[in-house]
Amino acid sequence: MDVLNAIVALLNFVVIPAMAYGSQLALGALGVTLIYGILRFSNFAHGDSMAFGAMVTILVTWWFQSMGVSIAPLPTALLALPFGIVGTALMLLATDRVVYRFYRQVKAKPIVFVMASMGVMFIMNGIVRFIIGPDDQQFADGARFIIGARDFRTWTGLDEGLAFKTSQGLTIVTAVIVVAALFWFLNKTRTGKSMRAFSDNEDLALLSGINPERVVMITWIIVAGLITIAGVLYGLDKTFKPFTYFQLLLPIFASAIVGGLGNPLGAIAGGFVIAFSEVAVTYAWKKVVTYLLPESLEPSGLVQLMSTDYKFAVSFVILIIVLLFKPTGLFKGQSV
Amino acid sequence: MSQSLRTPLMFALVALLFILEGSTQVWIFSGSWNSSLTILNMALISAVMALGVNLQWGYAGLFNVGVMGFVALGGLATVLVAMPPTPGAWGTGGLRILAGLVMGAGTIFLMVWQYRNMAAGRSRSLIMFATLVVGFFVFRWILDAGVAGVEAINPAQTGYLGGLNPGGQDNYRAHGYMTLLAWPVGGLLAAGAAWLVGKTALGLRSDYLAIATLGIAEIILAVIKNEDWLARGVKNVIGLPRPVPYEVDLQQSTSFIEKADAIGMNVTTASTLAVKLSYSLLFTAVLVVLVILAQLSLKSPWGRMMRAIRDNEVAAQAMGKDVTRRHLQIFVLGSALCGLAGAMMTTLDGQLTPGTYQPLRFTFLIWVMVIVGGSGNNLGSVLGAFVIWFFWIQVEPIGNWLMTLVTSGMADGSALKTHLLDSAAHMRLFSMGIILLLVLRFSPRGLIPEK
Repeated sequence: MDVLNAIVALLNFVVIPAMAYGSQLALGALGVTLIYGILRFSNFAHGDSMAFGAMVTILVTWWFQSMGVSIAPLPTALLALPFGIVGTALMLLATDRVVYRFYRQVKAKPIVFVMASMGVMFIMNGIVRFIIGPDDQQFADGARFIIGARDFRTWTGLDEGLAFKTSQGLTIVTAVIVVAALFWFLNKTRTGKSMRAFSDNEDLALLSGINPERVVMITWIIVAGLITIAGVLYGLDKTFKPFTYFQLLLPIFASAIVGGLGNPLGAIAGGFVIAFSEVAVTYAWKKVVTYLLPESLEPSGLVQLMSTDYKFAVSFVILIIVLLFKPTGLFKGQSV
Repeated sequence: MSQSLRTPLMFALVALLFILEGSTQVWIFSGSWNSSLTILNMALISAVMALGVNLQWGYAGLFNVGVMGFVALGGLATVLVAMPPTPGAWGTGGLRILAGLVMGAGTIFLMVWQYRNMAAGRSRSLIMFATLVVGFFVFRWILDAGVAGVEAINPAQTGYLGGLNPGGQDNYRAHGYMTLLAWPVGGLLAAGAAWLVGKTALGLRSDYLAIATLGIAEIILAVIKNEDWLARGVKNVIGLPRPVPYEVDLQQSTSFIEKADAIGMNVTTASTLAVKLSYSLLFTAVLVVLVILAQLSLKSPWGRMMRAIRDNEVAAQAMGKDVTRRHLQIFVLGSALCGLAGAMMTTLDGQLTPGTYQPLRFTFLIWVMVIVGGSGNNLGSVLGAFVIWFFWIQVEPIGNWLMTLVTSGMADGSALKTHLLDSAAHMRLFSMGIILLLVLRFSPRGLIPEK
């Protein structure tokens, strides 16, 4: 029995990665939920817009790196982030102007918006591949670890090491700041309140003189901020590859729906529910179990519930269960 | 222009495109019948998929973005039917795998039964959870040993269960008709999966159904990629038998050589063309039968009921139509068509390569075909499939041509010029998006609108 080592192993391989992944999903899901709340459609181009934001940031990062600008030990990408957000915001606003605004004016059915977002998805995917190519891109720099596994072992004298990557720490801290700022904005400012009013009841909001085009514009700008941050953090934490961002669509949607589509608080909860279940189901528990059980009972296999490739299945199953038993999500979302 | 004139005219234009591709060597056209037939074969298969999607979307308004999964299931069926059984696989672990799967399904049924028949409360939740945990570990315990057994048999070449081909390892290619048998099986397999998905997800709102089908497609593909005992996963199954003769055999047959000489054609070229042409004829036969059936159904009382449900669910319900059951029915039918098309495609390729299935290519592109062609109109989706597939292939030469034009003024060897020329291949997705958005915006009813 070695409870301490077991806890450290659990933190190292399950809790910390899931926290970071959950924060990234939560930021992505917040974007989905905002678009759903204000524009009232599920945006299929979300994953690829995320890739676009990350790409702009990466390009600026490379430019900074080539000029020798650095904020070590933090990654240079943080410095490039504002540029990425501005670029993405401009792109999203242009898309809205060219594509979505027309359908808003003719009051098209939500499904038409979804189809249009499919077209935007193709275009965005094409642009990203066109500019940066379909391959993996490296852009992380600065210190790799906040706590290294070896240092941790010398400090504590435990057998099990704990590694805390800079990208993970950064992800969690950034997510907290962004979410706090977003909630302050939605709940305290005049613009934020008008956005919530618009989301709750469009007709009433119009009657009380809220300008819908302005609300929509601000929504896109906020969404640009959220997805660029989420995309860059995901790229720093794992890797940047356009196709993975497309695949993120499923867990992000699952997070937003599980939490209750249209409900920002739900999006965050949903993100963490999905992330923790994915990591817990696909992690090989052998190490933790070995520490906890007496030697005679040591497991022979990996004690992995499902292979890592089935992580999409996990978010999907959770999604279906929630939809079947609690269709509005864990927190009360909109059920249009 | 009246629609009775418009439809044949559109098809004639598309036919002209294929003829130009085969005969002339100007601009983007390669002037090779071989390439023209290659494009045509895939276009015919895409047309079957588009018909399936049109059944779901055009008739019933169901938004299915899981086409890729059903197509992959059709491909899986081809392997499971047309390949020879791996010697010893069933003895060492096949039966055990089957037992494990039955055990897994049993666990789920037991849980559904518990949910339906026990009083709601904490004790039900606990018992259901216990069933899940115990059932899962027993399932894994039975399955894993079987899987290990099967995958250990000559892993470099087989390592999977194999199919039902009666010819055995050495002579299975002689039984090419097995692939034809696999087509309906592919449809059935996809229909079964669609029934399961439909049972759980069809009651949901349209965009939830979209997410659910998107997810199921990823899961089906993950299973095919990872369960090596089923169809070798990403190691691919190659050398599937064919329903048409092999080129090599044709080149050695005296009667074929005589015929090729008679029309003054190189024997090698003639054999390639003959094989491709036989595939085209097979696929055309399937497509024609399907289009006739789809047209008949559209005009039948059943078709009118479907459209009534699509246009106003509440009114149809008030008239006593069972909307959920009709939705399930058409969802299963449409997915079966996608499965059939998937089996046809794997037959054409002669191999199952799960790594090449991409949602953009197999789900969203089919959607572009349906929308561009005209949703709700069967001939429209077929036309859309031909047009879009033709351009999907030809965008690359068009892109190259365009890039050469754009970069002609730049200095040779400049970084931008090389980058632009290299990136021409990525024009595909971009141009498909543009086409989709333009059609949605300016001609939302498509090339041949629904009457």
